Amino acid sequence: MNTSFAIETVGLNYRFGSQTVVKDLSLQVPKGSIYGFLGPNGAGKTTTIKILLNLLQSSSDKVFIFGKELNSNRTACLKQMGSLVEQPAIYAHLTGKENLINRCILLGINQRKVAEMLALVGLTSAANKKAGKYSLGMKQRLGIALALIADPELLLLDEPTNGLDPNGIIEIRNLMIELAGKHGKTILVSSHLLAEIERTATHVGIINKGELLFQGKINELHDLSKPVIKIEVDDSAAALNILSTTGAEIIDMDEGLVKIAYTGKAEMGKYNSLLVNNGVTVYAIYTEKKDLEHLFLDITSKN
Amino acid sequence: MRSFYISFVSEFYKSRKTLAFWAAIVLPLIICGLIALGYYYDSAKVLKYNYPGMILWFKYSGAALGVMGMLILPFYVMFMAFSVNNIEHKNDTWKTLFSQPLNKFSIYAAKYAYAVALLFICLFLFALLTYSTGYLLQMLVPKFTFNDYNPAIILSKLYGKLFLASLGILSVQFILSLIWSDFLKPMGIGFVGTIMGMITGSVGWKYAYLIPYSDPTLALGSSAAAKKANPESFAVFTQEVWVSIAYGVILFIVGYFILTKRNIK
Ligand SMILES: Nc1ncnc2c1ncn2[C@@H]1O[C@H](COP(=O)(O)OP(=O)(O)OP(=O)(O)O)[C@@H](O)[C@H]1O
Ligand SMILES: [Mg+2]
Repeated sequence: MNTSFAIETVGLNYRFGSQTVVKDLSLQVPKGSIYGFLGPNGAGKTTTIKILLNLLQSSSDKVFIFGKELNSNRTACLKQMGSLVEQPAIYAHLTGKENLINRCILLGINQRKVAEMLALVGLTSAANKKAGKYSLGMKQRLGIALALIADPELLLLDEPTNGLDPNGIIEIRNLMIELAGKHGKTILVSSHLLAEIERTATHVGIINKGELLFQGKINELHDLSKPVIKIEVDDSAAALNILSTTGAEIIDMDEGLVKIAYTGKAEMGKYNSLLVNNGVTVYAIYTEKKDLEHLFLDITSKN
Repeated sequence: MRSFYISFVSEFYKSRKTLAFWAAIVLPLIICGLIALGYYYDSAKVLKYNYPGMILWFKYSGAALGVMGMLILPFYVMFMAFSVNNIEHKNDTWKTLFSQPLNKFSIYAAKYAYAVALLFICLFLFALLTYSTGYLLQMLVPKFTFNDYNPAIILSKLYGKLFLASLGILSVQFILSLIWSDFLKPMGIGFVGTIMGMITGSVGWKYAYLIPYSDPTLALGSSAAAKKANPESFAVFTQEVWVSIAYGVILFIVGYFILTKRNIK
């Protein structure tokens, strides 16, 4: 398996009863990236993360963590992972500090890390308060501290900013950038909204109804979001020549098909007459309707 | 092994502030304390019978054993098995527990072992407190005859037997509480089971020993019957004790398979 990926899934499927929740999913999360895992409610994000943690059973040879097959290397894989899945799982009858100490016991690490983590997520003053009495955002912060305490190479964060105040959101963003940038950690972070992660993520995967619709670098996503004019012509080389003189942004060219960036209706008409006047036969000219568009609107809208 | 040890320590750490843990300590303290107080304040009444040392010890320890073995023990076991599992159900922490780099079997085995350990602590304290309060009473009321007989062997055999005979109930309740997150199902089944066990156990139904809930009652009964002949030589490993141990072992393994087959949602 390709070891430049921190996470790789190969045609992963998962079903709850008769409902297929994850369909032929092939995630590729490069090492050192902040991978934004985007999708609307019920898309299968949490399910995927649970599969990556071996909480839900996948068939063998489908999931690889740092190149290692998950099912046969469960503990070795989990050793490198820290996670926050849905609502943070904390013991309500223990204090925040005790929750962290308990995790230290389970991981066999020095309890000195506890104070450091509490400070990192801003819970030092609430350290001795029962975690059950924490506010939603405080619980989320404690959950993040629990995920980070083992200093894992790979972090899986399922909607980590859920319930955080604006300051908290910025802190978590900066923390993610620092962890990936300075410490070379890989972070997979799920979200509903592109806006929430576009300033931190280096890579994006968009999932809807269990299917991966897009995967790539964040700037590739931006390109994808631009509308495109498709022109079907008899001579694409000639058409390309003519169009390039107008300063139109050529996106792609194929036999009999030219794709350029859409800038407005007026320009579209201009390109058409220009081509026709210069002896190129235009069979069709239209803007491309993207499958992604609706979904894209969903995840890019701010509310 | 390290995984098991770590998980066991964590089980203790997590539950040390819960009722299930404290009940293992407080229950023997209260029950033995009350009985000792009763013997102290009513010493005149007890002394009237002029019990020889051995019989006095039987009466004295029988008071705690009777209450405990028949009634409180099954309920404590039900509650404790529930509590040890519910700490994860309630806080939705199964998912974190099983995403730690620890062997699944160790996590499960440690939880089970912790429940067994709590039961052991509870019964051990009963034996210890019965023993020590007996001698304390002797010091306070010199006319008692506790000094004439050393109950160490018989007490440890009785409580040891009770412990083994309770493993069946513990493992049934442990699995029920592992599967279901709510309080009512394991408690309801346990309650019905306990009543059934009490009835079948005391009525003397031929196959009562096959019901784990009647094993503690039967175990105490079989020892009491044998006690008359030769007090210290009753058998620990009687039929119902073997059945209880078998339940314990089999259900321990079954529970693990339930856990591994089940997805953690
Ligand atoms: N335990 C379960 N049993 C049955 N179906 C489930 C279970 N958990 C999730 N599902 C289904 O799987 C689908 C994907 O759910 P999932 O929780 O992975 O979505 P998500 O992308 O995390 O959504 P959200 O953004 O709302 O958190 C949903 O249709 C959901 O109903
Ligand atoms: Mg989710």
